[in-house]
Amino acid sequence: MPSGPEQSDQICWRGFQTVRLIRALLFVGLLLVPLTGRAANLPDADFSKLVAGLAGDGFDDKIAAIDGLGASGDSRAVAILKALTDGKLAATEDKQMLVEGDNGSFTDAVTGAPVTPAAEPDRIRVNNRLRGQIDGALSHLTLYSADPADRMSAAAEALHHPSLDGVPALDKALAAEKDKDVAAALKLARAAGLLQSPDAAQRLAAVDELAASTDSQVRGLLGELIGGHESDPKVIAAAKTALAKIERQLTYIEIGINLFQGLSLGSVLLLAAIGLAVTFGVMGVINMAHGEMIMLGAYTTFVVQELFRAFLPASLFDLYLVVSVPAAFLVAGAVGVALERTIIRFLYGRPLETLLATWGISLMLQQLVRSIFGAPNKEVANPSWMTGGFQIMGGFTVTWNRLVIIAFGFIVLGVLVLVLRRTNLGLHMRAVTQNRKMAAIMGIPTDKVDALTFGLGSGIAGMAGVALSQIGNVSPNLGTIYIIDSFMVVVFGGVGSLVGTLAGAMGLGVVNKFLEPFAGAVLGKILVLVAIIIFIQFRPRGLFALKGRSVEA
Amino acid sequence: MMQRTPLLTTKGWLVFIAAALVAAVLIPVLATQPAPGSIFRVPAYLVPLFGKYLCYAILALALDLIWGYAGILSLGHGAFFALGGYAMGMYLMRQIGTRGVYGDPVLPDFMVFLNWRELPVVWWGFQNFAYAAFMALAVPGLLAAGFGWFAFRSRVTGVYLSIITQAMTYALLLAFFRNDMGFGGNNGLTDFKEILGYDIQAPSTRLGLYIVTAVALGLSFLVCRFVVTTRFGRLLLALRDAESRVRFIGYSTTGAKLFVFVLSALLCGLAGALYVPQVGIINPSEFQPGNSIEVAIWVAVGGRGTLVGAILGALVVNFIKTWLTGAAPELWLFALGALFIVVTLAMPNGILGLVAQAKQWRRPPSAPIAETVHD
Repeated sequence: MPSGPEQSDQICWRGFQTVRLIRALLFVGLLLVPLTGRAANLPDADFSKLVAGLAGDGFDDKIAAIDGLGASGDSRAVAILKALTDGKLAATEDKQMLVEGDNGSFTDAVTGAPVTPAAEPDRIRVNNRLRGQIDGALSHLTLYSADPADRMSAAAEALHHPSLDGVPALDKALAAEKDKDVAAALKLARAAGLLQSPDAAQRLAAVDELAASTDSQVRGLLGELIGGHESDPKVIAAAKTALAKIERQLTYIEIGINLFQGLSLGSVLLLAAIGLAVTFGVMGVINMAHGEMIMLGAYTTFVVQELFRAFLPASLFDLYLVVSVPAAFLVAGAVGVALERTIIRFLYGRPLETLLATWGISLMLQQLVRSIFGAPNKEVANPSWMTGGFQIMGGFTVTWNRLVIIAFGFIVLGVLVLVLRRTNLGLHMRAVTQNRKMAAIMGIPTDKVDALTFGLGSGIAGMAGVALSQIGNVSPNLGTIYIIDSFMVVVFGGVGSLVGTLAGAMGLGVVNKFLEPFAGAVLGKILVLVAIIIFIQFRPRGLFALKGRSVEA
Repeated sequence: MMQRTPLLTTKGWLVFIAAALVAAVLIPVLATQPAPGSIFRVPAYLVPLFGKYLCYAILALALDLIWGYAGILSLGHGAFFALGGYAMGMYLMRQIGTRGVYGDPVLPDFMVFLNWRELPVVWWGFQNFAYAAFMALAVPGLLAAGFGWFAFRSRVTGVYLSIITQAMTYALLLAFFRNDMGFGGNNGLTDFKEILGYDIQAPSTRLGLYIVTAVALGLSFLVCRFVVTTRFGRLLLALRDAESRVRFIGYSTTGAKLFVFVLSALLCGLAGALYVPQVGIINPSEFQPGNSIEVAIWVAVGGRGTLVGAILGALVVNFIKTWLTGAAPELWLFALGALFIVVTLAMPNGILGLVAQAKQWRRPPSAPIAETVHD
């Protein structure tokens, strides 16, 4: 943008010419509006006077009026300015301003009362120069919008086009601002503007303020400051320190984001793999239908959701997920018990045959679900308490559904450990896996324990399906996506070790996410697979291998 | 010294020659000689279909060699098959020349589409058939050698080996889906025009390819049969049944397993290279772990550790598949799934096992029990 010889000319020129209007507007705001004002509505008389100015004779009068409205922060101004752009604003003979409705009726622009004009009122014409001015005024008005999100974006806009001229307007908005986050953003924008101050002390203070930010925009501003138009060595030194601090912060944030996403992926892997850790790890059954147990859990969630929609009031809808967890556990667990009793129990000790038979089961379950529910994806809604998220630092947002899934993964693992260590069933399970014959001699019903163990593993897979339905599509081949990953986690962590499963899942999740920025999602995944294949060569029994003779069985 | 098992018994040779005559002579004659419309005429569309089945039979043979005899259940054999197929596909792509959509004499269409300027190094030489044929065997062979050396050296066995072979083919699946790998990404290689100067769509070329495949299957069978009837074959059986004991006696199990694994991969590469010109396309879906697992069921249906059973199983299951996916597509997965379950539960020795059982049943005491198969 070429710089005009005189400041005021330049202002008009920009307003006419560019879309980035906020600087100009903020400057005009400084000229026209008393600095002490709060962002409340103007007194009616003042407001009417400004609105009447829109019907002024020359374009300069109109511009002054538009800018006045823009800087006023008056919530009524938005509708009027919009009407003006649309050519729906008109003035009567006696300068009463009217807004034309869609059906040709008129209302008073200031009071909103319906008016029937005596004669046809004059429409106020706008040209491109005015339109530019109106756009700017409107975007400035959003600094006072009732919606914090609007105000936030207006503040961000101000930060992206910092100007010393805009500082007073930001001060004014800041004084009226009650939202903490928006206020912080406004302060940042204000400091960015103050960087252009002629007073070195002010610039220094601004640099200090900016140092607290993690916005990449701020990094750019400070970089410019150091690289170019700053002469005061003290300010430069401060800017350098601030820049270093910001860079450090940004690195931390990036690590934090990767870590969170890694944990999030890890918890998904963990949920998918815990059930397998029981059926494969504890029982030694290669259950290729494990993924389909997850899929059954996801479809159970879908069915529960539909039942809630159909039979229960909408206010209870958010609870459907809570009901889905035990429902999915029971459905998948029951299917697991049935499979164990009818097929798998004949195949103990023949792992490769088990693998093939369970693969057959998985094909049949997929086709069964496809026949019942159809091939297209089913939509499962997040309950309201799992939508949205919160910001920890600039650019680092934690979403609720991911957080809930991470927590859920750990809870499921914790409960499973308790079941295995503290209940009779857990005791029996461990006894049967360690020495089947001896357990039978001691009176443990090994058949029943086998069925229940397999049911437990399958039920946990079903609960994983509930979680997965919240972050992805529910489709008949949902399970095939996770089966290889699940096996990788269990084998990597060490078969038969729940700690290993946890370490494996989290390790793979985090490594995957840290690789992604360099290698891309797909290549990252390939690298992880190759790494596991190589890892298995050196530790064939995984990270947390069981020690002793039992491993050679 | 123990007497060496003959390659085939007299009866075996008779059956082999009869089958070879039917596959390599009778079917080609029936596909060309009787007048079109005659009930003896084999329709032209069936020839590449039969060719496809025979390729699958080679694949099943390869898996039976390592699973049935050495006890290594590889769930990554589809990867070796696909790699052989890609090598042949690359040759066929280079033969398209200026007949492609973009008419570039050197670059295949998808590379022009991706704005590539020159042929990647891995594609060099593939316009030469001999080189492509060599690579169709060498690439799967080298991959198997590298993978097998690592795996067998560190004694990754049984289920663990199955799982990592599956991870291997899954990793390759993901890799070949990427456009920047330079193998056509998602779409793979297709739209072939000619092979060795013959129009690839012409019935005569297809018949030729079919006969070559039939001969390749016959030779592969004889090679496998040779391997399993030598002393080395007995070592493999011993490995399958008691690996630790074999090692303690003083044999190098790593070398033995590696040899048979690589041989098996070479057969897969051969099958893949013959498969691609007959079906006219190769894409990453061939790497899907499910495909490799399906091969195992062909072998199991026919009868593990018999070689003949593998061929039989591949033919039977694929005939059923073709018929059922046409007649009642939604039933196919139920049928295949049920097949997996029934075969593992009720007929652990497959069709051949049932035949042997039936024979024994008719004249109980004398017949020796066939080689038993278990883990």
